[in-house]
Amino acid sequence: MRAPRPTPEELLRRVEAEEEQARRGRLKILLGYASRVGKSFRMLDEGRRRKQRGQDVVIGSIQAKLGPDVERMVETLEIIPGLKVRIDGKDDEVLDVVSILRRNPQVCLVDELAHDNPPGGRHPKRWQDVKELLDNGITVVTAVNLQHIAEHQDAVEKITGKRALQTVPEAFIRAADEIVIVDAPPEALQQREPGSAANTRRLSELRELALLLVAEVVDDQLQQSLESRGVSTFLGSQERILVCITPRSNTKRMLDSGHRIAERFHCDFLAVYVRQKGLGEADESQVESHLKLARELGAQVNILAATDPAAAILEFARAQAVTQVFVGHSLRKRWRELLFDNPVDRLIQSAENMDLRIFPHPDPALEPQFEPHREPDFQSGPRRASS
Amino acid sequence: MTTIPRKGRLKIFLGYAPGVGKTYQMLDEGEELRRKGMDVVIGYFEPHGRKDTIAKTEGMEFIPRRNVEYRGAILEEMDLAGILRRKSQVCLVDELAHTNVPGSEQAKRWEDVQMLLDAGINVLTSLNVQHLESLNDQIWQMTGVRVRETLPDWVVDQADEIVVVDVTPRALRHRLERGVVYSHDKAEKALENFFTEQNLCALRGVAMRYVAHEIEEKLLVEEAHKSATESSAHADHEAALRKERLLICIDERPSAAMLIRRGRRVADYLRADCIAVYVSPDAGLAHLSQDERDAVEKHLGFARNLRIDTNVIEGRDVAVTLVQFARAHQATQILMGRSASNGGKRRRGGSTLQRVVRLAQDIEITIVAERRR
Repeated sequence: MRAPRPTPEELLRRVEAEEEQARRGRLKILLGYASRVGKSFRMLDEGRRRKQRGQDVVIGSIQAKLGPDVERMVETLEIIPGLKVRIDGKDDEVLDVVSILRRNPQVCLVDELAHDNPPGGRHPKRWQDVKELLDNGITVVTAVNLQHIAEHQDAVEKITGKRALQTVPEAFIRAADEIVIVDAPPEALQQREPGSAANTRRLSELRELALLLVAEVVDDQLQQSLESRGVSTFLGSQERILVCITPRSNTKRMLDSGHRIAERFHCDFLAVYVRQKGLGEADESQVESHLKLARELGAQVNILAATDPAAAILEFARAQAVTQVFVGHSLRKRWRELLFDNPVDRLIQSAENMDLRIFPHPDPALEPQFEPHREPDFQSGPRRASS
Repeated sequence: MTTIPRKGRLKIFLGYAPGVGKTYQMLDEGEELRRKGMDVVIGYFEPHGRKDTIAKTEGMEFIPRRNVEYRGAILEEMDLAGILRRKSQVCLVDELAHTNVPGSEQAKRWEDVQMLLDAGINVLTSLNVQHLESLNDQIWQMTGVRVRETLPDWVVDQADEIVVVDVTPRALRHRLERGVVYSHDKAEKALENFFTEQNLCALRGVAMRYVAHEIEEKLLVEEAHKSATESSAHADHEAALRKERLLICIDERPSAAMLIRRGRRVADYLRADCIAVYVSPDAGLAHLSQDERDAVEKHLGFARNLRIDTNVIEGRDVAVTLVQFARAHQATQILMGRSASNGGKRRRGGSTLQRVVRLAQDIEITIVAERRR
């Protein structure tokens, strides 16, 4: 699939955006899921390697407490000391933005991105200092922990019971040119500081969150890069599940199953209902309760109007890059219709590039008995007053 | 008092592509363990001419590789017997997915590693995400590359620790351009083919999600253990109620491999039993040509390799035989390929697939797409 040719205005906008990007320094973020995973080390190591390759690198800020390995690396790099301030009897350090701008290096290393500056400074937050450096064409390599990303505070607090005071908005993280995860197994963190099983568990949960956050950022970047080249195909590393709702199929089980997979695999979950004319009251209210359940379970619900349900579902699934379709077994009774005009069969024949999962009926009484006396219908179709 | 562990621990350094720094980080850790006083050897190391990495091995003990003659050439392989004799506390083994030279004691390096672990040796190893069996089709779809060297997911599942070794695709491409990863001419080709920004981004996303999923799995298993010990009877009851059983219906077509991989994956996330079955209308696969018979045997072997039980059953009517087998074995889900809907003998009443769908209305049926690029 190719996107339509961009208009001249669109092209101009892109060129301007690219030029703006080129003037700005690049932002590279090292993300850890907890303290002590080794972010500072990685940041300094990157500074050291860049310097070896001839880049002009300075340290803008570095943590006070460092291991001997890290100390040795600090010694090889130029430091622009932070401004020392004393607030409420506590020593604090502020990034010396003015001196860094005057020195104008190619690359500046800034530890602890989520640091809050004391009142009366240039900016209330360190990430705003970093933004100023970027705006002035200085590339910044910086480190931050998951618990300091504002939008993730609730999730982290649920796991650890603690809430970090200093934060960076997620938008700033997502806008970074590059993001790297600094990973270490919880066991490795605990070797340095032995912990309980509960602690290992907490760390594992944080680690999962951090990996998923970076995976999302990576998928977004992939999507953007495809779009900027005019490719509009969906190419994520994600499954997308579509549940087809009908009045009498076992929609609850399909939705539960879809929901469970979506939760476990952190993937997209959609539901579709093709409106049918002439449904009885009981069936209508079934559909309503199915739709309600779908919304409660977090599915993106879509209602389509079409005379050919199978074709409508297929078209929708293709447009949405669905990878798995869930439907109920057909309730067709007559052999002739079973053979030639069965929507489930038509889905089987035409749903290429996606898996089709067919679910049994909730009520055995509704299963087909191969009796030649029922009207053709879709799935269960309109309920007759007599049945 | 310390007890000697019966089995060695396995730690995997997982990357999304060659050149991200897995080996370097593995050696770094080996060095640190040695500094702490542990007995560490290098069992296998692939230098790829990378200077930084080679420098890292300085002062470490190597177990010399053994020479293997194959088709008149002398090739080098890891010396499994030598490592077992040396019996260090820790052994570093590069490239877990490597296939040994034909005629080696074991076909795959991961099988060698298994023996080291059984002997109580702790192993540090490196692996790229594209070698995971369950991701083979997805990676082919995303990158156009069909990875030939694969390893079953359970090998990774049993690892005690997995570490993601991450760099950005941009940094990795720079490494290639500078000739750090491969020689310059090889690097140029690599940058155009496999190492495109798009491929690297996609692989990176897959690697992170894979490890996130592994972490979640472990947490869930722990949870289950905990609740099982707390109220064992109740948990058993619930497990029995929820136990699912998958039946994979294979045929002689190449697409069967995709079906088996998909089935394994679905079974893993449902934590379900998994059986594969081939229905033969005649005794001893007599209706098939030699090539087709070989293909069926290959698929059955592949399934067993992924720890799926296999069966060959006989029945003139494939659909009826399959559904009867499914019922007899209490299968909750049947997996079939779309290819079963065309080709082959057409019967009255539609294709095999259509007939199975109609006959097994009480069973979930998944028709697995033959994904194309």
